[in-house]
Amino acid sequence: MSTFQRYILSKIIWYLVAFLAAAALNFFLPRMIPGNPVDTIMARMAQGGEGEGEARRRMYNTYMQEFGLDKPLVNQFGNYMGNLLRGDFGTSFGNYPAKVSALIKSSIPWTIALQLPAILLGWILGNLLGVFAAYKGGGFDKGAFVTSLAFSSLPYYCLAVLLLYGFSVMLPWFPSFGGYNPGSSPHLSWSFVIDVLHHYTLPFLSLLLVLIGGQAVGMRSMAIYELSADYVGYMRNLGVDDNQIVRSIFRNAMLPQITGLALAIGSLVGGALLTEIVFSYPGIGSTLFTAIRQSDYPVVQGITMLVTVAVLAANFIIDILYSLIDPRIRAAQSGER
Amino acid sequence: MSLFLRQLASNGRFQVSFSILLLLVLFAVIGPMLDKRNPLFAVGGRYDPPSREVWLGTDVIGNDIFLQLLHGVGTSLKIGLIAGLTATLIGVLIGTLAGYLGAWIDEALMGFTNVIITIPTIVILILLSVSVAKRDLTTLGLIIGVTSWPWTARAVRAQTSSLRTREHVDVAKISGAKTFSIILWEILPYMFSYIFMAFILQLGSAILNEAALSLLGLGPTNTISLGKMLQFAIQGEAIRTGAYWSFLPPTILLTLISFSLLLLQSSLDEVFNPKLRKA
Repeated sequence: MSTFQRYILSKIIWYLVAFLAAAALNFFLPRMIPGNPVDTIMARMAQGGEGEGEARRRMYNTYMQEFGLDKPLVNQFGNYMGNLLRGDFGTSFGNYPAKVSALIKSSIPWTIALQLPAILLGWILGNLLGVFAAYKGGGFDKGAFVTSLAFSSLPYYCLAVLLLYGFSVMLPWFPSFGGYNPGSSPHLSWSFVIDVLHHYTLPFLSLLLVLIGGQAVGMRSMAIYELSADYVGYMRNLGVDDNQIVRSIFRNAMLPQITGLALAIGSLVGGALLTEIVFSYPGIGSTLFTAIRQSDYPVVQGITMLVTVAVLAANFIIDILYSLIDPRIRAAQSGER
Repeated sequence: MSLFLRQLASNGRFQVSFSILLLLVLFAVIGPMLDKRNPLFAVGGRYDPPSREVWLGTDVIGNDIFLQLLHGVGTSLKIGLIAGLTATLIGVLIGTLAGYLGAWIDEALMGFTNVIITIPTIVILILLSVSVAKRDLTTLGLIIGVTSWPWTARAVRAQTSSLRTREHVDVAKISGAKTFSIILWEILPYMFSYIFMAFILQLGSAILNEAALSLLGLGPTNTISLGKMLQFAIQGEAIRTGAYWSFLPPTILLTLISFSLLLLQSSLDEVFNPKLRKA
């Protein structure tokens, strides 16, 4: 086996271990809740007067079977892992008999549509801003740096609150609630698309501004470091024009920023949970919030597992890509540590 | 060290951030002494606007917002303090042990740390918070603490393993000092400033984590905190009803806390790393 193959294999094993650890946390932690989860949920339902007689017994059986509560804990975990690998996250407590995977499937497109464009655009604009600020220096740098720092250090949900108040209440330019007009149902027409975009603007902006700020701060410090490199002085003395120099700095400062981008995409699912809650925007965050409210553990566990898997996958891909791009890393990892 | 302190004291960012944080701590310590009423007791109607009696108005269930702020800042700081101490303690313990002992202990501890780092913090936070029987202030602080130590552990380990080969450590070893006392007296003092900085950052991020958990509906159950105030406001539709007095105070304070912590960090960075100190 070549060192490269061995490196890939060790990475695969490493991420499998991490996945297993995450799955174990997912499985065991909610089982620390005192009492049998099925009894708890049935008691709560009985209180709410839901599911009488036959229906209730059927629900009871579904949950008992899913949890395998009559079997030892190790078997339960094996059962859980088996279901997980088949993409079966169980049945929701709160929305019986909906499957957790169906609930997630219906809310995840909203989250992706909100986060992915914000991450990509924020990354591009932030990096450009950062490198220009570092290069221009002086007043522009100061202004850009302070503004970026302010936006990136602002907790993103606070910015969301301020934007919601400013641009949908004080200045009623944008709707304050949901992903589309509650009167309409999702369909393909210009008016619906415009309505969706109208609802989309504020949550999108609240994420975009924070992302631009964060990227700009990171890029600026990388670029300042690059500015002191010999090649910049050399290019300046040669009289190379500004744009060319900035482009060179940009390229050299890029590698860590690419990692940042990949990590941001990995944290896509879990990164904007609170934005959705503030704007009452449909998506994983709102689903999670409802699930927590209803003590709907299968949904909570399903979402936390999904968030974890996305992050693990992004990290794994970065590791592999890095080893392809940068031979030094490969050598360091596969040689002696 | 004294040069370091003098440079800090003359740093503008440090002065601003340190004063803000000091004021907040004073507010949280002295405030509840001056006003001993229960902050979770209604004094008026739903969203009464600010008045001479109720300075910052009332929230959705008629609680006095200024009074809640007096107590909430304290709760948030306490949670931050507990979480910061827990995280720093675990991080330093694992970091120094791994870095000093090396070999398989190092491999095992760092392997464990890396696994925890890879799993998103918010996931562990959510899972722990839904799983505990009661979420009081201490429990929440501990939960946040046990999820945020890995970066400290990593950095402390790196510093320890480079300090381990210094001469004074060898001297201590030859004179028969025990491992524990070597770590305590020969290694820890050399990275005290770093550990302190890490602690401050842990404290700050813990306050924000508390707020995030509260917004998800997993805040402390029996007290008021900045996060809970914001959650009450959001769930009580304060923003859409235009009751700015209900959501602005916690929003502004959370922003202020995180901003001053960042300013503090960057001023510390600047003193440590003169390269950033360009005109």
